[in-house]
Amino acid sequence: MPILQRKNPVDLSFSLITAFASFTVVLLISGIFVVLVRESSLSIGKFGVLKFLTSTEWNPVTESFGAATAIYGTFITTGIALIIAIPAAIGIAVFITEISPNFLKAPIGVAIELLAAIPSIIYGMWGLFTLAPIMSRYIEPALKSSIGKVPLLGTLFQGTPMGIDILTASVILSIMIIPFTASIARDAFNLTPAVVKESAYSVGATKWEVVKDVVLPYSKLGVFGGIALSLGRALGETMAVAFVLGNNHQITSSLLNAAATITVTLANEFTEADTDMYLSSLFYLALVLFVLSFIVLAIAKYFLLRAERKYSR
Amino acid sequence: MKRIILLVVISVVTFSFSLAGAEEILNGAGASFPYPVYSAWAYDYYKATGAKLNYQSIGSGGGIRQIANRTVDFGASDAPLTPAQLNKDNLLQFPAVMGGVVLVVNMPGVKAGAVRLDSEAVCKVYLGNIKYWDDAKLKTLNPKMKLPHNEITVVHRSDGSGTTAIFTNYLSGACSDWKARVGAGTSVKWPVGIGGKGNEGVSQYVKKAQYSIGYVEFAYAEQNKLAYTLLKNSAGNFVEPSFNAFEDAAATGNFDPKKHFDHWLVNAPGKHAWPIAGATFILLAKDKKDSSVKSVRFFDWAFKNGDAKAKELIYVPLPKSLKDKIRAYWKANGIY
Repeated sequence: MPILQRKNPVDLSFSLITAFASFTVVLLISGIFVVLVRESSLSIGKFGVLKFLTSTEWNPVTESFGAATAIYGTFITTGIALIIAIPAAIGIAVFITEISPNFLKAPIGVAIELLAAIPSIIYGMWGLFTLAPIMSRYIEPALKSSIGKVPLLGTLFQGTPMGIDILTASVILSIMIIPFTASIARDAFNLTPAVVKESAYSVGATKWEVVKDVVLPYSKLGVFGGIALSLGRALGETMAVAFVLGNNHQITSSLLNAAATITVTLANEFTEADTDMYLSSLFYLALVLFVLSFIVLAIAKYFLLRAERKYSR
Repeated sequence: MKRIILLVVISVVTFSFSLAGAEEILNGAGASFPYPVYSAWAYDYYKATGAKLNYQSIGSGGGIRQIANRTVDFGASDAPLTPAQLNKDNLLQFPAVMGGVVLVVNMPGVKAGAVRLDSEAVCKVYLGNIKYWDDAKLKTLNPKMKLPHNEITVVHRSDGSGTTAIFTNYLSGACSDWKARVGAGTSVKWPVGIGGKGNEGVSQYVKKAQYSIGYVEFAYAEQNKLAYTLLKNSAGNFVEPSFNAFEDAAATGNFDPKKHFDHWLVNAPGKHAWPIAGATFILLAKDKKDSSVKSVRFFDWAFKNGDAKAKELIYVPLPKSLKDKIRAYWKANGIY
């Protein structure tokens, strides 16, 4: 035990305090897990695991609950948000580190960090009052009349564009996670040794080639880390999407339809859940999200570790 | 919005005072719908008597659980509990204040009170059986109007709420199809339509989407200048939503003290009664007499002095006859 080998009492107590602080986190997490399991036991008993995960029924009146629609909504909004956010975030990071003149770097950097500091409820209200009308009036009809006519891809843009739908929610989510990905990617890009970049330039590489062949491979890890972080954030994001997703429990192929995510369901229905089975099922949903986030982050971590190993070789 | 901001300020002030001394403090928790009016009453009550009310709007579900666990002096719920539920947790129940739910529409050139609907039409629209504004059923109800051939955008609440409970009880009571296919509750499985979060979400949607219909609390229709509809009530009259129409509903509604006032104020028989109204309820613990007496003292004071404030915030005060019934109920249970 390295902690006990230390002789200085101040040192020892310092180590113990930090160790205690760290263990509280583990304790808290397991505590939350236990509470979630206990509170959802009623629902687990009635619906089981497989049936709950695969049932698309969510009907508080008949007390028949299933998580499939909410899980679907969670993944589809997160997925689309990442598709929008990752290229934008990497573009921002490249601009700040490689292209932007020095006097612009600080203001853009600060602006991005401010974006991360805005409370998510503000994004939610902005989404409802500003973005949703813009989406329903201009962007979605345009998408519908262009891509909507293409076979196969067109199924993504069917229905009446109302602005309260998967697409709007995903756009808001993507704006929320851009700062995370961008600032971590920027820090990672900055770690690329100047010598390596300069030697690439000296052999005649263009800016694009330097970014593509030197900076990006060098900082892959950091970028992945940023993406994993924003993935976690997007999975659990609540208030920003609660207002613009419609909380409609359905699995739909069109991005112009309302849907529900796990967190949106919780935020919308928790306070007025009046029966025990209803409340227990909401806790069960939370448990599902808890496990899902754990699995997703574990997978992300695994890839990071693998990349790290490959990279250090 | 303004109303909410004002009341947040008021309640913050009230709460910060409550930290100061050791005077009488009353703790309540529950429904968020009556929160603004309870806070306003609490502020006036404090000025008048020096006793404080600390009300946490954690939602009806939470309110019921808190009073069942005896952690507060009173709980509040938008939906009445049945006598069986009340007996199980040894609780008393009475209504405190009311609200009305109105249907609002958005059609170019259509003003408040222009469209006439009955429960069958509302039910069919919300079931998705009536899809266009120029449906035969709507035409018969509005012979003088030129209804357009446009699809109806149905707007409902996306979150669980007492407003939805009142509205779906109205539909279940008036329309057997609805009762069989959907039912009533704080949130239901909607056959059609899009969901807005909160009254503000629904208002926003109806305001933005042409040819839409939605249901909101009366206050939101007024504040957002939305075009409410007339509704045909049980007596067969088309009525306009107003304080008088809500009060008539309450006066003729069948609130029975023997059933602890367990009653949905929908489809009330009064001649001028608005068919979609609802009271919000207070729950007291039978075995915690001190708490209940303190709570009753507050609500008795509010019944006497709070009507004007309630109306200012567009809540409907209880009619005198119902207040008298409630006082008799308190007396019978030895807490007044």
